[in-house]
Amino acid sequence: MKNKKLKLFTIPYAAWMLFFVIIPIFIIGYYGVTDSNGNFTLANIFSITQYEHYKSLFLAIYLAIICTVICLLIAYPLALILRKLDPKLSGTLIFIFLLPMWMNMLLRTLAWQILLERKGVINALLTMAHLPTLNIINTNAAVVLGMVYDFLPFMVMPVFNSLSKIDDSVIDAASDLGAKYHTVLFRIIIPLSIPGIVSGITMVFIPALTTFVISNILGGGRILLIGGLIEQEFMHASNWNLGSGLSIFLILFVFVFIAISMFFDDEEELA
Amino acid sequence: MKKRFSIIEIIKKFYLFIVLLFLYMPIITMVVLSFNSSKSRAKWGGFSFAWYKAMIEDRYIMGALYNTLLIALISSIAATIIGLIASIGIYNLKKIPKSIFMSVTNIPMVNADIVTGISLMMFFVAFGISLGFNTILLSHITFSIPYVILAILPKFRDMKQNIVDAALDLGATPVQAFFKVVIPEIMPGIVSGFLIAFTMSLDDFIITYFTKGAGMHTISTLVYSQTKRGINPSMYALSSVIFGSVLLILVISNFVSRAKEEV
Repeated sequence: MKNKKLKLFTIPYAAWMLFFVIIPIFIIGYYGVTDSNGNFTLANIFSITQYEHYKSLFLAIYLAIICTVICLLIAYPLALILRKLDPKLSGTLIFIFLLPMWMNMLLRTLAWQILLERKGVINALLTMAHLPTLNIINTNAAVVLGMVYDFLPFMVMPVFNSLSKIDDSVIDAASDLGAKYHTVLFRIIIPLSIPGIVSGITMVFIPALTTFVISNILGGGRILLIGGLIEQEFMHASNWNLGSGLSIFLILFVFVFIAISMFFDDEEELA
Repeated sequence: MKKRFSIIEIIKKFYLFIVLLFLYMPIITMVVLSFNSSKSRAKWGGFSFAWYKAMIEDRYIMGALYNTLLIALISSIAATIIGLIASIGIYNLKKIPKSIFMSVTNIPMVNADIVTGISLMMFFVAFGISLGFNTILLSHITFSIPYVILAILPKFRDMKQNIVDAALDLGATPVQAFFKVVIPEIMPGIVSGFLIAFTMSLDDFIITYFTKGAGMHTISTLVYSQTKRGINPSMYALSSVIFGSVLLILVISNFVSRAKEEV
């Protein structure tokens, strides 16, 4: 299969990516630095200094960080437990844990709305048991809950993969040499699973930061994140220039994360 | 270690159970509500198939389902073909052009969906392509190709060069060698690339939302439009049907792949 002429097979793909990936990103850049008459301006980008705008950016970062931390705290012990089980059983269990991910994300988020509503399923059950009701719908807590639910599998998968690659004999060696369990965990298991943790963080943080679906459905229009702001500019206000200017910040975030994960990937290859 | 039944084992089981409960509670709720004859979400009005019947008779739901499946099928086939051709080319590139190609391949995967969505929407409008079925299709092909390439490329690397040379020495034309030797070798990569592309397309909301234009709906965008106006309980029936089909497909494919391993 090695043949110099076969290089030419990349041409259709290169053309496709040029048209549908690279040019569109340049279009965002173009709209971001022009006004509605096509004149150059930095006003769209500097509009992030308006209170409403930076508030939604900071809220999105804040909620995305909380969501990522919770996902890691749930997924890591889970992956540790699954790793110890015998391969057949853990294969079936990981299948069961990842199964909900294959269901449409919109439907899953909608289900949480039904569960959390003021007169929803959870409150109906709580009232039946004569317990105080839970009123978190349309708050930050509900949005974080939805984010954790939707993105948890993205953390479980890479963390479990990197943990199951660790050679048991390394762990046994440490224990034989007298290391206690927490020493083994913090000095052997966690350091060896860093690449999985990093890719899990990227896979959870970026969609959580940029979502507008979860905040619209579970935040009831009261919680505006940066993604929701951009969506409004495009779909309701029709101010594409402003929307593009704001999305440049999201593109920057993504670049930072790619750089970080590439750094960790290189280390993995050296090891 | 194994003999310690202790509290730790119980805590571990309990932990697994709690996480499972969290993951399945919304799905169970949907399934239960889909059989609830009362329209209220908080009251049980008795068992009924009424919402399933209403779902089948609902023109909008069936139309959206048709669009969703057709787009998923066409876009995943197209992405698999383009991705396969691209993988052959990329495999034959030298190190530096190869790493450039792989970085570009990464862009749609790591970029936020909303950015991909708005960039494609502005691209289509700028080139005068009216938004609708075709623009959704082009967008889905675009975000699926990278996953196909990542599934196929490693199979080329694992393939032994000798077997291709052997086929050529024995008089096969390059085209014959490709279809009779190379394709069977990399088939697992092609199949998994196709399946990833198909499910990504089925599940997508954000990119579809920006590139669909007015009056066009897939399941995801239909659900989203209903969350604002109040949900038709037929949606619960639809969710249950989707979950049931996904479960069936995954269980079957799991059994098939395990049976193959054991042979």
